[in-house]
Amino acid sequence: MIMEKIIEFKNVSFRYSDDETDALKDLNLDLYAGQFTCILGHNGSGKSTMAKLMNALLLPTAGSVVSFGLPTDNEDNEIEIRRNVGMVFQNPDNQIVATIVEDDVAFGPENLGVPRDEIRRRVDEALKIVDMYEYRRHEPHRLSGGQKQRVAIAGVIAMQTRCIVLDEPTAMLDPKGRREVMAALLKLKNELGISVVLVTHFMDEAVLADRVVVVNNGGICLDGTPAQVFSEKDVLQDIGLTVPKPLELVSVLKENGVKIKGSPLTCAEFVECFKEFTKNRG
Amino acid sequence: MIKDITIGQYFPGKSFLHRLDARTKIILTLVFLVFVFVCKNFWSLGLLCFFAIFSYLLSRLSPKLALKSLKPLIPIVLLTTVLQLYYIKQGDIILQWKFITITDTGIYTAIFISIRIFALIVMSSLLTYTTSPTDLTDAIEKLLSPLKVFKVDVHTFAMMMTIALRFIPTLIDEIDRIMSAQKARGADFESGSIIKRLKALIPIFVPLFISAFKRAIELADAMSCRCYTGEGRTRLRQMKMTYRDIVAYAVTALVCGGMVALNIIFEHLI
Repeated sequence: MIMEKIIEFKNVSFRYSDDETDALKDLNLDLYAGQFTCILGHNGSGKSTMAKLMNALLLPTAGSVVSFGLPTDNEDNEIEIRRNVGMVFQNPDNQIVATIVEDDVAFGPENLGVPRDEIRRRVDEALKIVDMYEYRRHEPHRLSGGQKQRVAIAGVIAMQTRCIVLDEPTAMLDPKGRREVMAALLKLKNELGISVVLVTHFMDEAVLADRVVVVNNGGICLDGTPAQVFSEKDVLQDIGLTVPKPLELVSVLKENGVKIKGSPLTCAEFVECFKEFTKNRG
Repeated sequence: MIKDITIGQYFPGKSFLHRLDARTKIILTLVFLVFVFVCKNFWSLGLLCFFAIFSYLLSRLSPKLALKSLKPLIPIVLLTTVLQLYYIKQGDIILQWKFITITDTGIYTAIFISIRIFALIVMSSLLTYTTSPTDLTDAIEKLLSPLKVFKVDVHTFAMMMTIALRFIPTLIDEIDRIMSAQKARGADFESGSIIKRLKALIPIFVPLFISAFKRAIELADAMSCRCYTGEGRTRLRQMKMTYRDIVAYAVTALVCGGMVALNIIFEHLI
């Protein structure tokens, strides 16, 4: 099956100002439709820059970014690209425009000139998907961080974008808020078929993705399924990233002579491995 | 302490006044404010007060709220009363002591003006009490839209107001946070002379401004990500005039007519 390319980075370099070093260096990457892609990297690796290049918030210094077949450096494409690629930022407070939840979700469709009845329908639907429908008349500043981020995601859903890019959406949230946001994202991908690009530095979020791209020093370091990427423990540790806790636990056990098999990425997978291990011991 | 500050407080409800179109409420409040100055004797003022109290009851808000909104005015009212009593020399002298002369006209005028000020504030606070900020900005945008003829960018103005309202609570939280952080490092905001206290505010406002600019840049990015251009927008909310608005206009018109009639029938006090 040939997968549809949604965003293509072609030899992309980017620097914020002339006297700084390149944030991205000669980067090549294709992202595919219907996938949950996770871009992983530590602070300053260039991962947020990549996110902003995807919907023409930034333009590459060299090379080109093509988003749904449209080059981002053509100003006439800007609106069309942003209609396809929605974006959610790190700080939920700085991306909510309106004083009432449903007005904020309606902001995108209003800008696109969608008729009123259609906006009403889309707003209700989007709020139901992220499980915030009962809060539709609330004031955003009274919501928790996780709830605010879900409102921001609903705002993108209501625009009916084909792809949603999230720039560290959970960095300022508590564990509960993080789980809520991740659940909403998986629902988007599985039920609505929206492609998700998640920029993060949390390993336990990356394991839920279909594909993990590890970025370091403005270039791509590893690229593959979570299982493939996290098997490269040494490479990850070299660039200052860790592997998911269950996997680390198993490898520490192995180093200490415990004959446990498998490479679990999640707690559920670890439980399976452990059951297998105890069964074999009899 | 700082969280007690509420600007344009709104108390949600389902009363007749809450359900009126925000445009109607703004127009009628303006009309009322003009007519406060039209009334010239106690008869028309009485009608005006009756109308103000009637509107208040119609909003089904607690009377305590009205008293609360009047409280900050007491010093102003006292000051004007004293000035009126002192400066008005016409009419029969009631009290004379050294350079102070108090006349009956002075007393009447003072009472008259105090009632006017109270009525003014009760009615204008009633507008914000019963109208949500969003409705208010929408209504202002609609009411000002004729100015587009003169190339005034009414939409951007309304958008600015919406964003300002949206960020008031966020910035209040921010001030709270910065103050706590500075206090934790030994900053003192509560003692010393006024100048010293004002100087102590600098370490609050500098970080506040820096973070406000950061927020503004991020917000601008978020808005352009959502295809905001300011042109060709549709709206989720639609304002509709109903029979209620017609009733409100009619009642206000009758009251205003009544006030003019009372002004003509009875002699002018001032």
